[in-house]
Amino acid sequence: MNPLAGLQKIGSVFIAFLEAAGKLTTFMVSGISHAVRPPFYPRIILHQMMDIGYYSLPVVGLTAVFAGMVLALQSYTGFARFSAEGAIANVVVLSITRELGPVLAGLMVAGRIGASLAAEIGTMRVTEQIDALTTLSTNPMKYLVAPRLIAGITMFPLLVLVADIIGVFGGYMVAVYKLGFNPSNYLQNTWNFLTFEDVTSGLVKAAVFGFIVTLMGCYHGYNSRGGAQGVGTATTNAVVSACILILSFDYILTEMFFAK
Amino acid sequence: MNATSSTNPKISLSGVKKAFGRKVVLDGVNLDVAPGESVVVIGGSGTGKSVMLKSILGILRPDSGSIKVDGEEVTRMGASERERINNKFGMLFQGAALFDSLPVWENVAFGILAEKRVNRVEAKEIAIQKLSQVGLISDVADLFPAELSGGMQKRVGLARAICADPEIIFFDEPTTGLDPIMADVINDLIVKVTREVGATALSITHDMASARKIANRVAMLYHGKIIWAGPVADIDHSDNEYVDQFIHGRAEGPIKMAVRA
Repeated sequence: MNPLAGLQKIGSVFIAFLEAAGKLTTFMVSGISHAVRPPFYPRIILHQMMDIGYYSLPVVGLTAVFAGMVLALQSYTGFARFSAEGAIANVVVLSITRELGPVLAGLMVAGRIGASLAAEIGTMRVTEQIDALTTLSTNPMKYLVAPRLIAGITMFPLLVLVADIIGVFGGYMVAVYKLGFNPSNYLQNTWNFLTFEDVTSGLVKAAVFGFIVTLMGCYHGYNSRGGAQGVGTATTNAVVSACILILSFDYILTEMFFAK
Repeated sequence: MNATSSTNPKISLSGVKKAFGRKVVLDGVNLDVAPGESVVVIGGSGTGKSVMLKSILGILRPDSGSIKVDGEEVTRMGASERERINNKFGMLFQGAALFDSLPVWENVAFGILAEKRVNRVEAKEIAIQKLSQVGLISDVADLFPAELSGGMQKRVGLARAICADPEIIFFDEPTTGLDPIMADVINDLIVKVTREVGATALSITHDMASARKIANRVAMLYHGKIIWAGPVADIDHSDNEYVDQFIHGRAEGPIKMAVRA
């Protein structure tokens, strides 16, 4: 047994990692540069916006309403021990706008949109439709990737804004109808503690997550190889990598916004 | 090896090499295609026919060697110049590669819409006219590719390939996956539309019936090199045992099928 074999293994894994990182960076830069330069494809951008924004509303709304409800219930059982029930409205609105709105919406839409983008573009790759675009004077990065990135970055903040409102409403429902809070007090507490920064930080996070989800979907689909199995692998990789990146970038962004 | 007529070749490959990792796919391909002629490259599966075609189209970049289109070196072109060259090309893909999110007519007119040569109304008229050229009625125009049979998809693919009046048309295994009669119909169409458009044609196939029908000249690719090229009439007395084995489809002979990649 060659004593260097283990070392070689580590080296090759490391090189493969660097290669993948470089490939992804090149893909990302190319995607962004095509997204900001004409020609644009307004029909496709609009179609993608509908798909990512409008059709994700039910999923995101349900996630948000239950997140808000459970948050109110959990913080009540905890805070009641310290007679701090008054802080529930505060906890709900801050958690939703800063964290749970963007993160939960991001993760849910990563499953929905990341998977469908990877499957669609991956199928186009293995059936040579992407090569066909090239032969028809159309740059596939511009036609396929750029519109989806634009739609992701613009629609995610809107989705999260809706999720924020629905989530806070979920918390309100539980607090008022189950825990017997005074409606106007609860709303006032919610409003008083909310700062502009809480919401905008969440929306910035949302834009970043939108970029991550669409980039991962496009990247893994675009580079899929080898028929149905390749498309399956691409779909899995797109969702898993998008979820991990969302959670890690959530920490990084929180640190940037709030760490003093 | 490829003695061509005195005119400048439309497409010229010399010493084109391409390897994927350690696997050498093209090992110095030399091939000239004269204007207006139809060259068919034959060869077994995995001999690099598709890689050669994709190298000319600029989808793959060869490791070394030169590819010239109308005398212009294309291997090291930038994106915008590449697009200008690609405007000369039409391509029929093996699986037709129609865009399944678009109706048939938008598939056919995709190239001319992308170049903004026409508006959508005019584009649809042109598409319907091209569809009739490949024997499809106008009702097909509003269907989606998934609603068509394999033979009809090939026809739509052909209509798309000729829609922008290309100077050069590539055919990637045009008859694969079709029954013999439909294959012959497609072969006839290829000959007809290529002549109507006045285009140069370069095809790759392993279907000898197809090769005999659409080729002026045949070249055989084996182990990454063109090992024989000549007029289609000479193919039965090529004095090349590789070509003989291939065109008669014999298991015994100098060509050994690689069982492992």
